[in-house]
Amino acid sequence: MFIIQDGEVNVFLESANGDIPLVVLGPGDMFGEMSMFTKQPRTATVTAKGNARVLTVDKRGFLRRIHEDPSLAFRILQKLSERITVLNEEMSRLQETLAQYEKQD
Amino acid sequence: MHESIHLDDGSRVAIVGGGPAGSFTAYFLREICDRVGIEVDVDIFEAKDFSKPGPAGCNHCGGIVSESLVQMLASEGIILPDAVVQRGIQAYVLHSGPATVKITPPVNEKRIAAIYRGAGPLAPGGPVRQGLDPHLLRLAERKGAQLINRKVHVIDRDSSGKILLQCGQDRFGPYDFLVGAGGLSEATKAQFEKCLGHPVRHKTTRALIYELYLGEQAVDHFLDHSMHVFLQTFKGLEFAAIIPKGEYATVCLVGDDPGKEMADTFLASQEVTRLLPPDLDIYKRVCACKPLLNLKTLDKPYADRVALVGDSGVTRLYKDGIGAAYRLAKSLAVTAVFQGVSAHDFDNFYWKKCRQIQKDNGYGEIIFNLGEGVIKRVSPLRYGILRTVKNEQQKPGRKRFMSMAMWDTFTGSAPYKDIIKRMLRPGVASRVVFQSLVSLFAPPPRGENNDSVRRAWQALQGRREDSHPR
Repeated sequence: MFIIQDGEVNVFLESANGDIPLVVLGPGDMFGEMSMFTKQPRTATVTAKGNARVLTVDKRGFLRRIHEDPSLAFRILQKLSERITVLNEEMSRLQETLAQYEKQD
Repeated sequence: MHESIHLDDGSRVAIVGGGPAGSFTAYFLREICDRVGIEVDVDIFEAKDFSKPGPAGCNHCGGIVSESLVQMLASEGIILPDAVVQRGIQAYVLHSGPATVKITPPVNEKRIAAIYRGAGPLAPGGPVRQGLDPHLLRLAERKGAQLINRKVHVIDRDSSGKILLQCGQDRFGPYDFLVGAGGLSEATKAQFEKCLGHPVRHKTTRALIYELYLGEQAVDHFLDHSMHVFLQTFKGLEFAAIIPKGEYATVCLVGDDPGKEMADTFLASQEVTRLLPPDLDIYKRVCACKPLLNLKTLDKPYADRVALVGDSGVTRLYKDGIGAAYRLAKSLAVTAVFQGVSAHDFDNFYWKKCRQIQKDNGYGEIIFNLGEGVIKRVSPLRYGILRTVKNEQQKPGRKRFMSMAMWDTFTGSAPYKDIIKRMLRPGVASRVVFQSLVSLFAPPPRGENNDSVRRAWQALQGRREDSHPR
């Protein structure tokens, strides 16, 4: 998992039709936290936007500390919940657009 | 049956002292209350003006945030911006007589943060820096805590046991809960003894800390991103370190009667003259302070509605005081919100965390006594350990138990118990014994060639002079 200490990073998906920008993250934001809990390959690409200082959080040490103080996982849960909210909104918007297209056909 | 005292909507908390322990307590109290959905007022009383350079605006300390603490704080959402981090440290260099060994951690990332607690050294015309203490204080304020820029003179209780504070002629309170985070000052002790109902006595020693002006280029060239630790220079000096920060090097000395004489002897020692620039004016040192270190922490630093945290309560021996402040401040906030603020609640929850650190300090004492009594006195053993570390560093992939034990001892990154476990790994002791025997005959391990570092520096100086024709 990585946490931005200073500066900003671009998060994007690499696809055959070029890069799809997802979000810009700033100080205090984290990325790569999903790999703490799943063993799936990384889901997005992250590059620094200008100068950025990014901190690596050691997986083993962090998991050990979560066992000692479970509230350390709270922020990750909060971030993931926020992301699900955004995804839900995005999905309903896309479904609406799709429904409109189907009507036009 | 013990009566529990709870914090509820509208409860008021006073924190005396706005150093890391006080700010962390305020931060976590506000954050946890916010998660639970109760509104608790938190007032922090801190008289210091952290924007003033020099000792007046600083809570004197060596200024290292360990890599494990940097990571934990970041995962709490507490980040250290570039303005606060004076230098990222990625290696430790151990010096002992002619021997030098560099220890680098597995992750090469300059994760250790060298910081100033206040606005930086008192030097005419020098820049005002952003210290760690005002940074944490601002984060606590952003969480909704209120900073009251006053010195607390009297602490009292009303008839119901609530806390009343007096600053000069002004009265504050009543407060449902009082947190003492005033460090080891005499004033704090006297005020809190009455309120706790039992004596507040710490066993302390003094350190000597001062800033040595090198200039940014010389810091880069001679100290690099390394903290330098001196294992044995002369009698009476227990521990010495040089930490690069901006254009200064912070020198920390612990030993018998730290003062000018000790500082002079240290700067004149072969280890230091070998390390620092040859043209260094050693009298260009500024901003000295002699902070107290906590050697023996308090037992049960709390009573109904009152608890001490940070240096004034329980902290770690020698290393990572800021980390201990973070862990215990959080534990205190969790106890206060979820359990209550009676002595009984602190007994059952907060004290357990304090005890963990106290117990670990026992292991720390074993390590430091071993270092002081045996390793420093028996030079073949000392060189043997350094040789073992050096061998481990040269062979990537090998289990670096001794290196990691030394790394954790000096960085304060791991509990002392874990360090002892590392040293007791099979094979480690036998390797040290073997290398100690070798060092009876072989020359001590050397670091990079200091002459070449110096020659490169002189070449650099020459070039600079050429490029500025007079």
